[in-house]
Amino acid sequence: MRSCLVVDDSKVIRKVARHILETLNFSVEEAEDGREALDRCDASMPDVILLDWNMPVMSGMEFLRALRGSERSEQPKVVFCTTENDIAHIRAAIAAGADEYVMKPFDRETLQSKLQIVGVA
Amino acid sequence: MDISQSSQRILSSLLEARTGQQITFSRRWRIDSALTSIMREREFDSIDQLVARLVSGRDPALTEAVIEALLNNETYFFRDKLPFDLLFGGPIRRLELARSRERRLAIWCAGCSTGQEVYSLAMNFLDEKTRWQGWKIEIVGSDLSRRAIERARGGVYSQFEVQRGLPVMQMIRYFEEVGGREWKVAPALRQAVRFEQASISDPPPRPGRFDIVLCRNVLLYFTTEMRRLAFTRLAQAIAPDGSLMLGAGETVIGQTDRFVSDPENRGLYIPVSAGGAQAVRVA
Ligand SMILES: C[S@@+](CC[C@H](N)C(=O)[O-])C[C@H]1O[C@@H](n2cnc3c(N)ncnc32)[C@H](O)[C@@H]1O
Repeated sequence: MRSCLVVDDSKVIRKVARHILETLNFSVEEAEDGREALDRCDASMPDVILLDWNMPVMSGMEFLRALRGSERSEQPKVVFCTTENDIAHIRAAIAAGADEYVMKPFDRETLQSKLQIVGVA
Repeated sequence: MDISQSSQRILSSLLEARTGQQITFSRRWRIDSALTSIMREREFDSIDQLVARLVSGRDPALTEAVIEALLNNETYFFRDKLPFDLLFGGPIRRLELARSRERRLAIWCAGCSTGQEVYSLAMNFLDEKTRWQGWKIEIVGSDLSRRAIERARGGVYSQFEVQRGLPVMQMIRYFEEVGGREWKVAPALRQAVRFEQASISDPPPRPGRFDIVLCRNVLLYFTTEMRRLAFTRLAQAIAPDGSLMLGAGETVIGQTDRFVSDPENRGLYIPVSAGGAQAVRVA
């Protein structure tokens, strides 16, 4: 079973994402912000991370830079999942090391297709 | 909303006559939801009233709108993903060698809906510019639905449509943001493809002979007779060493003797040449 860490400050989004991911046979962990997500990664590295952009404490972008800049040998796939839906944000995310990008709102098929593209579904 | 038996029958035979598609029993409930917006627009109180207008034969625009509404146009970029990997790994590699002298490839997507399938193929070719340098690659999509073909030609997709199946790298390379929430195919991609409104029962589009034919998720609801005609058309359009791809879960087996499974590429079909068919029969 593949594992996914859902990082989003919205409880509703986390719940929706969890539901979809579980139907796709993922084990799901949640984090409310980038800081908590880093802690989770230290405890156990997931196969893929679904990452919001704007969050309190530590944003998705700060989290991604920290993750990709770290010495960690395991690097999970990172799929941004955000309402920042313009090309400038998308380019910045890719430059920082994101593997895929989902523009909210999203549905099951979209998420599934992106997980397939990064090779975890 | 209630639909009388006779209205159901009239609608299904209209669809069948114009498109070859059957409304199966399990899809009947869709009639209702499919026609809601037409009902509202035209201020009909019931489907029976709409059907009465249809059978009067005085409203061709209504007939066309109803057929458009009853067609299932569902599609997305790189649908099912795997078939595209298969196509580019198997037959396209083989044809690259086989056509290395003339340096021409023609691909036809029969029943291409709003164009995603066609653009997906074209993006994969454009991604490998140097490999295909000097080649003439024609990618043609056709569909019965006028509305779908207009959308395909326009190449504008909602945020929802553009990200479904499409890798983000290809999205930013081949699409431009328009008006905030929509994405338009970039000129280089638009120029790589062509669309025509036509039924599969019509003669194939130019250039008439194709190395690869995709007909995915189209034959599913055809009547037996229409399916046979479709396979005949597809067989006429395909090069003797060409490949046919159907949708996941669709097959030629038991449907036609014009194609057989490609032993080297699961899920693909190759045409049976006249000579080949004879040999099989003799054996
Ligand atoms: C479900 S879509 C499939 C689109 C695409 N091939 C895919 O697999 O994603 C089926 C399409 O077939 C078209 N279609 C139905 N009957 C047809 C016919 N007789 N000739 C050509 N196209 C037809 C419909 O208009 C619709 O756009």
